[in-house]
Amino acid sequence: MSIASDPAYPDVSAAPSSSAVPAGGAPILQVRDLIKRYPSVTAVDGVSFEVREGSCFGLLGPNGAGKTTTIEIMEGILMATSGEVRYRGEPLGQRFREQAGILFQKTALQDFLTVRQSLALFRGLYEHGLDVDEVIRICALEKLARRDNRKLSGGQQQRLLLAIALVNDPALLFLDEPTTGLDPQARRNFWELIQSIKARKKTVILTTHYMEEAELLCDEIAIMDRGRIIAQGPPRQLLREHFAEVLLELPRQDFPEEARRLPLRVLDTPERVEITTDDLDSTLRTLIEARVPLANLRIRPANLEDLFLELTGKELRA
Amino acid sequence: MIQRLLSVWHARNLEFVRDRPTLIFTILLPLMIVVGMSFVFGGKERPLFKVGVLSAAIDRNAHPFLRERYVDFVPIADETEGLRKVTHQQIDLLVDLHGQPRYWVNTDSPRGYIVEKLLLAAAPGAQRQPVTGAAVRYVDWLFPGILGMNMMFSCLFGVGYVVLRYRKSGFLKRLHATPLSAFEFLSAQVLSRLCLILFVSVVLYAGIGTIIHFHTAGSLLALLLVAAIGALSLIALGLTIAARFSSEELVGGLLNLLTWPMMLLSGIWFSLEGSPQWVRWIAAIFPLTQVLDAARAIMLDGAGLYQVAPHVIYLACTALVFLAFGAWSFRWRVD
Repeated sequence: MSIASDPAYPDVSAAPSSSAVPAGGAPILQVRDLIKRYPSVTAVDGVSFEVREGSCFGLLGPNGAGKTTTIEIMEGILMATSGEVRYRGEPLGQRFREQAGILFQKTALQDFLTVRQSLALFRGLYEHGLDVDEVIRICALEKLARRDNRKLSGGQQQRLLLAIALVNDPALLFLDEPTTGLDPQARRNFWELIQSIKARKKTVILTTHYMEEAELLCDEIAIMDRGRIIAQGPPRQLLREHFAEVLLELPRQDFPEEARRLPLRVLDTPERVEITTDDLDSTLRTLIEARVPLANLRIRPANLEDLFLELTGKELRA
Repeated sequence: MIQRLLSVWHARNLEFVRDRPTLIFTILLPLMIVVGMSFVFGGKERPLFKVGVLSAAIDRNAHPFLRERYVDFVPIADETEGLRKVTHQQIDLLVDLHGQPRYWVNTDSPRGYIVEKLLLAAAPGAQRQPVTGAAVRYVDWLFPGILGMNMMFSCLFGVGYVVLRYRKSGFLKRLHATPLSAFEFLSAQVLSRLCLILFVSVVLYAGIGTIIHFHTAGSLLALLLVAAIGALSLIALGLTIAARFSSEELVGGLLNLLTWPMMLLSGIWFSLEGSPQWVRWIAAIFPLTQVLDAARAIMLDGAGLYQVAPHVIYLACTALVFLAFGAWSFRWRVD
């Protein structure tokens, strides 16, 4: 799949967005004190944030954290128990529906329609938008245009669903776990596509539990757990705030119990222990003096997964 | 709004036309009805006169007339029932041979005229009691019922299950995220199904009508209008069930709960004349009863729109009420 030839969607897959400060200007979407209660659980518990126009905002968290509930309230298809969502300063209404594009986690399309007919159906639901042919070109669906939408592979189907989300040329694009279930190649292709959409200054709101995806695409992230936002900001800034420069990993069996009394910041995961430090030399000396075997030691910079672990004490994909 | 409605309408039509098994069944079912009716009612008519005899059983030795050849004598226990059959020319003559013979003949019936001569030859002093009334064969009476029954099933199940399938698959949830309103979506479904039903009903009317040599006494346009408004009401009724629920078992049960009373009480197979008043009151509530009463009045009695206006108004009102209720109670997603 190649989208670089489209001047409207230039190839911008070079550098991750997370290296930059949050892009965009005025808030396009404001979420205030959002609460969603079900009889047995509070899925969203007082969530507030703003999404700036032209930025990519990521909602991260494990399954059940409240990401999808939050994004569905933001999309206007689920009623909040309390709180409000405003689009360009107004409550969600017809203007929002005309200008928002949505890709759900799971979507079935009408049976017996081809890719082109599925797009034509959705194009007909909006006052303004792109030509069906243009959307087909943007999402590289030319060779599939006449195929029954039920006969597409997982990656092709996601591209069709993204094309449907783009058919009204949205100012704001919601992507709810867009690459879950895709193979690595299809996932990379999809990321490329999203980056080309970002390059058009579209605002993207993304939920994911793939940290690589968030680091690559998002200008700003909010990490959710148990219905609350536990950290928010640009990925690099969050890492700087919460972590020293490096992280040392050792297999659990290589880390004796007496070593836990050492003056180190240690985090346990099922298979390994992780030590964070801003003074690598001193930490290594301490470990050597304590006769901790270092043959299987791995040193790497902290990532978002570590951040989540740091904040919640849980594996992100648990 | 029109653009959105047409988009959904067009997509639904494409889906239906490409769903080959359903399409074949939809065409095949009316065809099977046509073939079945032609088998039962078609072919050469038997060269028999049919005479009703007021008696519990036929004793051919009781009177010389009863020994006539080429006459089919049928016992009729009830005089009122016998008179109705003579009036509708379902029998050519009704005779009472107890004591002084007397008979009832329909003066509009050519066959009645001939068989009367046969009777008078055998019983010269028989007392004549003339009645009048156009011939209505049972098949003529049944014909609107068959059309109505087909329409009812197509309206209720065709729309109900499609909406349920869309909801369960999540397609409705996706549509909800667009500017499409519930009313627009439902209207598109109603119009798509309405076009289909009218097409099938016209094919069915032409097919069966040709086979049974049926001729509508009234206006075909009036009949089409009744069919359209009736279908609208029945589709909207189906939507009130499909608008909210997500369980196939529940929706199937509720649709059956609606169809079976209509099958039995709306006058598809037999007339409710003579039934208790409360049964007729209940029957009058059903849209199908109103459709069949209006259709029979146009097809058999030559009634105009003015005469069937109460039925049409009732159907239009119920269509609006059902559609409004459906739009109000509509759920885009599985709860």
